[in-house]
Amino acid sequence: MRALLEYVGRMSYRLLVEAGQMVMMLASAMSWLPRPPLKLSLIFKQMEFVGVKSTTVVMLTGASTGAVLALQTYYGFSKFNAETMVGAIVTLSMTRELGPVLTALMVTARAGSGMATELGTMRVTEQIDALEVMAANPIKHLVVPRLVAGVLMLPVLTVISVFVGVFGGYMVGVNLLHINPGLFMSKVYEIVELPDLLNGLVKSACFGLILSLVGCYKGFATTGGAEGVGRAATEAVVLASVLILISDYFLTALMF
Amino acid sequence: MDGERDTTRPAIQVVDIHKTLGRKVVLDGINLDIERGKTTVIIGQSGGGKSVLLKHVIGLMKPDAGQVVVDDVDITTLNDRELNEVRKKFGMLFQGGALFDSMTVGENVAFPLKEHTDKGEKEIREIVREKLQQVGLKGIEHMMPAELSGGMKKRVALARAVALDPEIVLFDEPTTGLDPVTSDAIDDLIISTHEHTKATLVVISHDIAGTFKVAHKVAMIYQGNIILEGTPDDFRNSSNPVVRQFIERKAEGPIKIL
Repeated sequence: MRALLEYVGRMSYRLLVEAGQMVMMLASAMSWLPRPPLKLSLIFKQMEFVGVKSTTVVMLTGASTGAVLALQTYYGFSKFNAETMVGAIVTLSMTRELGPVLTALMVTARAGSGMATELGTMRVTEQIDALEVMAANPIKHLVVPRLVAGVLMLPVLTVISVFVGVFGGYMVGVNLLHINPGLFMSKVYEIVELPDLLNGLVKSACFGLILSLVGCYKGFATTGGAEGVGRAATEAVVLASVLILISDYFLTALMF
Repeated sequence: MDGERDTTRPAIQVVDIHKTLGRKVVLDGINLDIERGKTTVIIGQSGGGKSVLLKHVIGLMKPDAGQVVVDDVDITTLNDRELNEVRKKFGMLFQGGALFDSMTVGENVAFPLKEHTDKGEKEIREIVREKLQQVGLKGIEHMMPAELSGGMKKRVALARAVALDPEIVLFDEPTTGLDPVTSDAIDDLIISTHEHTKATLVVISHDIAGTFKVAHKVAMIYQGNIILEGTPDDFRNSSNPVVRQFIERKAEGPIKIL
């Protein structure tokens, strides 16, 4: 019993320390962000890594989610003759919830782990120390570009994911389940509104910040060689995913 | 101080530095003056606090107590931006080279120049070529660090460390992990760097032969303190059993194996 309590205590203490350190890192990044030179080339490089290179996996996820969603809602809705609503429901789910969350989780697995690995390797091979010794602030050079890329690219990826998802739903609904295409689209226009999409985009920008910040933090905190780098990558994915899911609820409740 | 630098005063003064990491007392009140324009080698056991001391000298670590004075400024009290100004006087060669592996060799050497000078592309290219030539490398600007051997990495890292012609260059175990021949070549390079630049060099090492070859002054750390400092001859003639055990490389003696 006592061991259990000690364990819980130790874990909560560690969690609080980590949260504090992450907030400090974010604050430091915010203070470096507006200071010239802006290092746009570093930012573009990260935008390519986070955004462009995640497009394929995000499209795949979006298409599959939209298609499956159409099948599943059709099954439910056909029980009370509401098949024409399938398009609207798919679109609502994609814009408000599944687009942002699934995109964020996929990008976490791809780019968040990549950040932790790259920065972790730089940490254990003293490249981060080398930056600091050369009077080049590591936060400015490494963290700021990644945070900016995360916040800017996640909404873009989410739009792609939503678009592809609705397209997937349309293909399944109209071509496979023979829903009238006119009705399918008119219900989408009737029910889905711009704020639904904006709501999702705000969320996705927050998720982008979370996954980049956690990736950078875990990378910077890496100790102990190759094993440590692997651990950093795993922890970054787990922690970022958990934080994304938790913050998803609160962001949704806030913007309800 | 106005312009004229007092050359008799030490370049770096380490004053009563204490540092505890975890539960281990690593530095226990170290005092050390690093003479200007000389090569000082700090020797000691692996894990004995040499690297920790070097990290204090360049402000990567803050001491629990004590001062590090560089040109009349106690760097332990500075904030990040003030510290960055002081760091421009320094160059540092890291143990594994610490080259940025996302950049080519040329970009690595050019990095400090691009960061801290207004020089144009062409001029920077010229300086990079010259600095690489000084360390015996030619025409490898386009290569990636991953394609280089250990000795070459160290050379490139040295070229990067001296790119801004710093007043002080720190070497973190420059020959560790290299074969004896390459090690000797790196030692030669340290000597020629000193002749070229007249900079203050601080080397940490546990390579006895190399130490005696490059050092004007040697200091030995033992149990968190400086146990002896002096010329290489002072060390050769020392009767201190700890010093004798270390320079004669014996496992038996007062030094415990960590």
